[in-house]
Amino acid sequence: MTEPLVSVSDLRIGATTDSGRRVEIIKGVSFDIAPGEMVALIGESGSGKTTIALSLMGHTRTGCEIDGGTIRLGTSEITAMTERQRAELRGTKVSYVPQSAAAAFNPSKRIMDQVIEITTIHDLMPRAKAEARAVELFRALALPNPDTIGSRYPHQVSGGQLQRLSAAMALIGSPDLVIFDEPTTALDVTTQIEVLRAFKAAMAESGASGVYVSHDLAVVAQIADRIIVLKGGEVQEEGDVEQIMHAPSHPYTRELLSAFEPKLHASPASKEARPRPIIEVRDLCAGYGHMRNGEPLAKVLKNVSFRLERGRNLGVIGESGSGKSTLARAIAGILPPYRGDVLIDGQEMLPDLAKRSKEELRKSQIVFQLADTALNPTHSIGAILARPLTFYHGLKGRERERRVIELLDMVQLPAAIRHRLPGELSGGQKQRVNFARALAAEPELILCDEITSALDTVVAAAIIDLLKELQRELDLSYMFISHDLSTVEAICDEVLVMYKGEVVEALAARDMTAKAQHPYSRLLISSIPQLDTDWLSSLEQDPELVKQFALR
Amino acid sequence: MTARTSLLARVPTPARLGYRFNLVGRIGLAVILFWAVIAIVGPIVAPYPPGEIVGWDYFTPMSAEYWFGLDYLGRDVFSRILMGARYTVGISLAAVFITVTAGVLLGMVAAVIGGWFDMVLSRLLDALNGIPSLLFGLVSVAALGSSIPILILTLAAIYIPGAYRYARALAVNVNTMDYVTVARARGETTFYLISREIFPNILGPVLADLGVRFIFIVLVLSGLSFLGLGVQPPNADWGGLVRENIEGMSFGAPAVIFPSIAIATLTISVNMFIDNLPTKIRDRSE
Repeated sequence: MTEPLVSVSDLRIGATTDSGRRVEIIKGVSFDIAPGEMVALIGESGSGKTTIALSLMGHTRTGCEIDGGTIRLGTSEITAMTERQRAELRGTKVSYVPQSAAAAFNPSKRIMDQVIEITTIHDLMPRAKAEARAVELFRALALPNPDTIGSRYPHQVSGGQLQRLSAAMALIGSPDLVIFDEPTTALDVTTQIEVLRAFKAAMAESGASGVYVSHDLAVVAQIADRIIVLKGGEVQEEGDVEQIMHAPSHPYTRELLSAFEPKLHASPASKEARPRPIIEVRDLCAGYGHMRNGEPLAKVLKNVSFRLERGRNLGVIGESGSGKSTLARAIAGILPPYRGDVLIDGQEMLPDLAKRSKEELRKSQIVFQLADTALNPTHSIGAILARPLTFYHGLKGRERERRVIELLDMVQLPAAIRHRLPGELSGGQKQRVNFARALAAEPELILCDEITSALDTVVAAAIIDLLKELQRELDLSYMFISHDLSTVEAICDEVLVMYKGEVVEALAARDMTAKAQHPYSRLLISSIPQLDTDWLSSLEQDPELVKQFALR
Repeated sequence: MTARTSLLARVPTPARLGYRFNLVGRIGLAVILFWAVIAIVGPIVAPYPPGEIVGWDYFTPMSAEYWFGLDYLGRDVFSRILMGARYTVGISLAAVFITVTAGVLLGMVAAVIGGWFDMVLSRLLDALNGIPSLLFGLVSVAALGSSIPILILTLAAIYIPGAYRYARALAVNVNTMDYVTVARARGETTFYLISREIFPNILGPVLADLGVRFIFIVLVLSGLSFLGLGVQPPNADWGGLVRENIEGMSFGAPAVIFPSIAIATLTISVNMFIDNLPTKIRDRSE
């Protein structure tokens, strides 16, 4: 084997917390990267994957420090360098593609000036030459109008294009190593494909090595040669993509993989005659902005209709901006619809929340995506769960306390957690509390707005299992909004595909891949990364279809 | 531990809940409490009647008889400072509490209700803000006469728009949080939303604002006294004491130095206290 380009040995990174305690974030990590190789760092949030990736540039986030170990890149020993020497290295030897390209570009400068900034800072080449090289990169990254895109401002290109432009920015100094920090996580699936393809092609052309940080095994399988699985700042397993995918040896890797396996949902077989659907929506229209002639300026939902039988689950899928969340808000009355009817349990709901009765409100509860912002940071968990109990059921004192403990038990949390504040809980625990609050109302329908999207794969899988179990026990119905098809498949009976505020197709969840008719549904379903290393290269999508629907 | 006691156990004792604060904050609190006590008992413990001319000399140095010397008319400065505490501390504290309470309440209500209510209220208070503070004081005192309740209300009225703007800006941010949306979707009233969901989350910055506004009020009160619109002679607040003895500056007379020190101790300790409140109150987002 040739001399590795990068070798990290026994890397230790620590930080001092606000209370002055030393914590070790990275606990002795060692690995090598061969020239031209793409290595993926994979793990859940807090596993240290980004911290390791940043340390390859000799950079640590504020408050963190490299405590020990060595990082060697080519001939330079990064850990032994001064900050000035490291700055010399950045952009020319090692460069970085951040997660949010939108935040990485300065909105007030033209794209070209920002892309070639590295060449100016390091005095690599004259401006004309740098611009020519940038255009070359734009072409390699399959950007539209490569000759003129540089003269635009960041807000004039789409998110996927901006992400590719940030890769151009990283590649312009011909670095030996490029660090990709979750570059496609914030993108829609149809956009992600194009970006991944562009990255793969551009990296192959430049011959640089890469580090790809991600939490998504399926994405990593498409782009990486080797995978390093991290947990709690330690390497759990390291191996070729094929080996990790097919013969994982470490239990944690297996857990990650099993969370990925499609589990088809079979709704509890209650075939007894149900009198009326739990929710029926007819020609629902909602939007934002000033009302003019009874219609708002920005119309988001356009004539959405569906019905859901009691005890069954409805999935709503679509990309960002498709109106999925607006649909949930309109049903809950948070955003009063301007036309159309919502019937919950056969009862017509008035559009405005304030005009609905307590009993009507109790029947449907909404659970939001980010448990961080959905739980008041100043209230204890006990107080958060107690409020709906008092509000809807008039419970007080000991009885209420008992019910709070019962609710915590339902979502599999220890009773003692009720004395804590939300800030003292992990993401998964917060989402469980968030869900328990909805259960406290004893609802019949729960609107789940992307409730697993912000969670790690393994944690999300556990939440989905919990939802299913609670459904069996409590006779609930869920409306499950998600951009992630595999989660929807795992829990829903029926699926609505939304595109630009309209329902383009309603399908049964179990055979949505096979039976999807509408071109957009087919495009969306085919864009979901599969746990198969050849998926991306063998994927064929009708370019006409892509042009029509994908918001690239 | 039964269920009931464990819930109750959460409420009391600052220390166990982490409401502990450091030495600087404690010193600040001690000074504030000291002046608050003086404001109440000052006239009783004062060695001489504050309005009476007790010596034949003026701008005398410190002595065992007259601790802080005599002022420009030969009155005892120590007694006058003790008496002035009642006006400065009393009027300023009363005014700042009215200001912040009214401003925060209106700000939160405007943020939660929004729409026309917010628009009209904001523009009205902006208009009030446009009147120069001393001019406003001049007009209201001239129209209504100078009495302590009028002074308190005037000072409060001057600073309500600022407190309102600040609280509204904070509340608007909190109002968009999902937990407020969840509470609203549950069907909660506006009162519940502002008192339980929003207020605890803006408390820290509001308290810091209170500290700054307190000092502004002390300064404007002194300004009004300077124009003869504040506390009326023979009584005087601390700002008034500084102003009436300002000629003593060139003699280094304690009559002008000590009222200044009194103002400084009060304003600095208020800020020391506010800046060192327990982290749990100052930064509740953690």
